[in-house]
Amino acid sequence: MNDDQLLRYSRQIMLPALEYEGQQQLLNSRVLIIGMGGLGAPVSMYLAAAGVGHMVIVDFDVVDLSNLQRQIIHTTQTIGQPKTDSAWTALNAINPDIRIDPINQMLEGDELLEQVKQADVVVDASDNFSTRFALNKVCRATATPLVSGAAIRMEGQVSVFSGQPGDPCYRCLYPEEGQVGDSCSENGVLAPVVGIIGSIQATEAIKVLTGMGSTLVGKLMILDALHMQWRTLKLKPDPRCPVCNGENS
Amino acid sequence: MIKVLYFARLREELKTESEELELDESTADIIALKLKLSARGDLWNEIFGGDETVMAALNQEVAQSDEKLKEGDEVAFFPPVTGG
Repeated sequence: MNDDQLLRYSRQIMLPALEYEGQQQLLNSRVLIIGMGGLGAPVSMYLAAAGVGHMVIVDFDVVDLSNLQRQIIHTTQTIGQPKTDSAWTALNAINPDIRIDPINQMLEGDELLEQVKQADVVVDASDNFSTRFALNKVCRATATPLVSGAAIRMEGQVSVFSGQPGDPCYRCLYPEEGQVGDSCSENGVLAPVVGIIGSIQATEAIKVLTGMGSTLVGKLMILDALHMQWRTLKLKPDPRCPVCNGENS
Repeated sequence: MIKVLYFARLREELKTESEELELDESTADIIALKLKLSARGDLWNEIFGGDETVMAALNQEVAQSDEKLKEGDEVAFFPPVTGG
């Protein structure tokens, strides 16, 4: 690290759990973030500020006026721009010291596989079951850690899936296929609720990258922000899970 | 007795945070419990008897519907979340 980096990351380097070595690990890391909406905004902003050296940000959408209430990475000036361009500008302004690759399309099939393979951690900041299921499958197949978050209305949930045999995957949590999830456009969402969940995702991603502390692997945190209540539930691998059961039996 | 908790949107819609129910055949497992709750009609039926997915945790562990209940168990129902 050069002098600027030592100063920029000094408040993190002084943490006994992280230190110089942990910061260097972050700078050497590559994170794939799927979705640059309500969750992707805080996740990418915190990871950029914290010094994750290489981020690949993925979204196919453009910035809309109705996004701005909660997708705090985008601005009134960037309405109409691809979200990945708008986010790139903001992240580069926060930290020009890191590399950010925008992918302005939906990632599927081999392209998704290639990106997941190269990532040290994948962050699911998407807004629908089909993307979440597809991402889980590829992360499991490549044993890539997946930090999963979701938020709507005044509720949210967050977990980490290690990708390793013996640990649960996202599909163990949602065994039913063909579920149609609720969307924020139809159900609404309170602005800071995505910030709460996204901030936890960013924290967990940093922990997975540096190996510090213990993560939410095998646990599901659910939030009721209306009463500000959290519950932490244990999550075990489902022997009937169509994605990971083979590895557990 | 078993304790039943309703979390987030379910608590709001059902205007119920928690309740205690007798452990009997109608509460033998989570599927039976859902049927019992849906028989209350109206919103209860929409939430527990319809196409809507409701997730459950048994004693603070994510549970599948066929898990058996025993005296003193705590079942928490919570909604799936996919938005972001």
